[in-house]
Amino acid sequence: MNILYFLVGCSVLMALIFLAAFIWAYRTGQNDDTHTPGIRMLFDDEVLKEKSEEDHFSS
Amino acid sequence: MEDQHKTITQALCYHCGEDLPKVKYQIEDKDFCCAGCLGVFKILSENNLCNYYVYNNSPGKQFKADHRLEYLDEPKIVSQLLDYRHESSSIITFYIPAIHCSSCIWLLEHLYKINPAIFSSRIDFLKKQVTITFNHEEISLRQLVEILNQIGYEPSISLQDVVKEHSGAINKALVLKIAVAGFCMGNVMLFSFPEYFGLSSFEQQFQALFGWLNLAFSIPAAFYCGRDYFTSAFTSLKHKHINLDTPLALIIAVLFLRTAFEVIFSLGPGFADTLTGLVFLLLMGKWLKQRTYHHISFDRDYRSYFPIAVTTLQNGKEKPVSINEINIGDRLWIRNGELVPADSILMKGDAWMDMSFVTGEAEPVHKVLGEIIYAGGRQTSEAIELEVVKPVSQSYLTGLWNNEHYKDKIEKQNFNDGVAKYFSLGVFAIAFSATAYWLFQSDSHKAWSAFTAVIIVACPCVLALSTPFTLSAILAVFDKQGFYVKNTDAVEELAKSDTIIFDKTGTLTSSEHAEIQFSGTLNQEESIIIASLLRNSAHPLSRHILKFLNVDQFYSLSDYKEVLGKGLTAVVNGHNVYAGHLSLLPKGIRVDKETGVHIVIDRSYKGCFEIKQQWRTGLAQLALKLRKFSLQVLSGDTDRDFWMLQTIFPKATKITFRQSPHEKLARVHRLQKAGKKVMMLGDGLNDAGALKQSDFGIAITDNINNFTPGCDAILKGEALGLLPNFIQLSKDGLKIIKISFAIAIAYNCVGIYFAVQGTLYPLVAAVLMPISTITIISFTTLATRWFARKNKLI
Repeated sequence: MNILYFLVGCSVLMALIFLAAFIWAYRTGQNDDTHTPGIRMLFDDEVLKEKSEEDHFSS
Repeated sequence: MEDQHKTITQALCYHCGEDLPKVKYQIEDKDFCCAGCLGVFKILSENNLCNYYVYNNSPGKQFKADHRLEYLDEPKIVSQLLDYRHESSSIITFYIPAIHCSSCIWLLEHLYKINPAIFSSRIDFLKKQVTITFNHEEISLRQLVEILNQIGYEPSISLQDVVKEHSGAINKALVLKIAVAGFCMGNVMLFSFPEYFGLSSFEQQFQALFGWLNLAFSIPAAFYCGRDYFTSAFTSLKHKHINLDTPLALIIAVLFLRTAFEVIFSLGPGFADTLTGLVFLLLMGKWLKQRTYHHISFDRDYRSYFPIAVTTLQNGKEKPVSINEINIGDRLWIRNGELVPADSILMKGDAWMDMSFVTGEAEPVHKVLGEIIYAGGRQTSEAIELEVVKPVSQSYLTGLWNNEHYKDKIEKQNFNDGVAKYFSLGVFAIAFSATAYWLFQSDSHKAWSAFTAVIIVACPCVLALSTPFTLSAILAVFDKQGFYVKNTDAVEELAKSDTIIFDKTGTLTSSEHAEIQFSGTLNQEESIIIASLLRNSAHPLSRHILKFLNVDQFYSLSDYKEVLGKGLTAVVNGHNVYAGHLSLLPKGIRVDKETGVHIVIDRSYKGCFEIKQQWRTGLAQLALKLRKFSLQVLSGDTDRDFWMLQTIFPKATKITFRQSPHEKLARVHRLQKAGKKVMMLGDGLNDAGALKQSDFGIAITDNINNFTPGCDAILKGEALGLLPNFIQLSKDGLKIIKISFAIAIAYNCVGIYFAVQGTLYPLVAAVLMPISTITIISFTTLATRWFARKNKLI
């Protein structure tokens, strides 16, 4: 059962990595605005190309 | 689908969705209500940005022209506004009240299509902010703001920068502490689990490891996450008084010491699970308590109403100067629609000041040369020249914020801190008597464990949790009904208030739904003549009346003359027409009323248009429901509405008119001295002092994006009738907190029964604490919902 020592170490290490990841994400402002990205991802590129033909061909 | 879309857009303006006037602007197959909306559409279609109209029907806002932006060329002001400036790129964050739908996000994030010097723009929708990165070598800040204005998104730039005020407001440190505490709690629970089920013989070897790991996790939980409790306890002890944090700090310390003691001497598993769980829950409660609205500012003062810069005259030349730099003796140049930022003397020009924000008076006031004009007045006629006599911060109105009264506002003591004292004393009494008993029995080991166990078990964490959970649940209920309370502490103040003071203009009346009335009669021909005249003016009154007349045919006119703030005159179809203020009318015409827009056609008086303030609906019922409170009405206006107010309010109501902002403040102060808990409802800057001084100040507004003075809560005009229900629910909230306190005491009695015997096993503590917490949280949530339903708020 000595393998448990290793597994306990692994679990603590994993947990620490997750904690560090959260702290990093929070500090860099990824949780500041939780509303707008949800709207932003719904904007459709397709419609834009249809509506403005010149843009489509020039790019 | 396509047909349906067309029928909607046919009746309404394609850009802003307003009803189309009889004479509409057209381009392609689309209709617009005004030249402004048409202009925005043209800009967007030239830049291939018509996708704006795809995501929402008529997403725009009606266009307001006329902005003075010269001050944005001043390097000093620009550097105040910019967030960041480096070589060729600058970053700036604007607060744009007009942001309201997904089309706004789409358009504002495609600004680079309009001008390539804009690198990127990003929106925070809830805060209504846009952060723009641009090349300041190719485009100036002024040009940038002009682009935003052109497409109908006017940024609000004021002295008190809402954007910068908010950036530091969120307590980031607290969230990080919660994360660490949660991490510690999760891991400690994991390592304590074997202990809960009893260790088999081969697991015994891990006991020491788990114990040490638990101790290691306790260290950050107690000393990083729980640090605030220690500092708060120390400062309150220094001031010789006990707040709720004192017993909490003691418990955290005792839990940690006993855990360390038991682990180091291999006496038992310790209380690491209780400790980390407690810290985590306490921090959650604290977070709920600190949470407030991102998109509403409660601490606004005159600075967010005043512009950031004003035009001064230096050696006859106009120069924009930042308001903070105005000195006594400076000459100011105030144009039509601009605000006077400091008390000053009128030197040149004809001043018609709209003082509604300062005094609550609805009609513009005429000032003559040499008269003092107070800060906060808005000029409604031609440009005037003023000489400053007092700096901005010491002017009549702004002085309200520096009033000495605020200083004697005692620190509000809430229910929790009041109870904490007795609670701590009780716990200490039990703990010491248990210790004394076991020492008397000469069992020193039991004496020590009984002492620590009593303190651990009698944790007032329920007190620290039930209040924020209950009150934040109440806040959420209020929020849905259009009542935005600043924080949970304010709800307690709401529940305690016994005197309610109403302002009149804007509070009991609604500024949004003004109705136009015409005294006199007009035939069709005359209506057309007046409409033809008014059509040429951009004044909001003219537009209102034009809409009221609803004419679809116009005559051409000649000799058109507009006297700013006074009225219009022209020759229409061979008739001399006047529309406007009394002083503009030709001499020899007898008029029985002073106010309003008077109409004269060919020297015969036709009557006048008046804007009638509309009382909010349900005021009589509101007054009836609030009869248990002592009610007062304080109005800055004249007493013309006295009889109306008397029919609305009960006889005992004190109704006072012509109150200056300072008198309102003094009245609130006097009532407080007499031991009253005062709730004040107001809307403008003239109520600001009273709102701040009152125990619970409510700012009433018809649009929460508009300016509201500093207050404890913002109430939407249409929700005014629900005020009695709000007050009742806040009172019920305090009841819930008291009941949950009783439940917690019941749990504590069970715990103390084990604790005084010195036989409290960590498992009992570990089970008892979460069970009592879960009971309390679910009780407060359910009870709040039940009371909210009873008060018809959900």
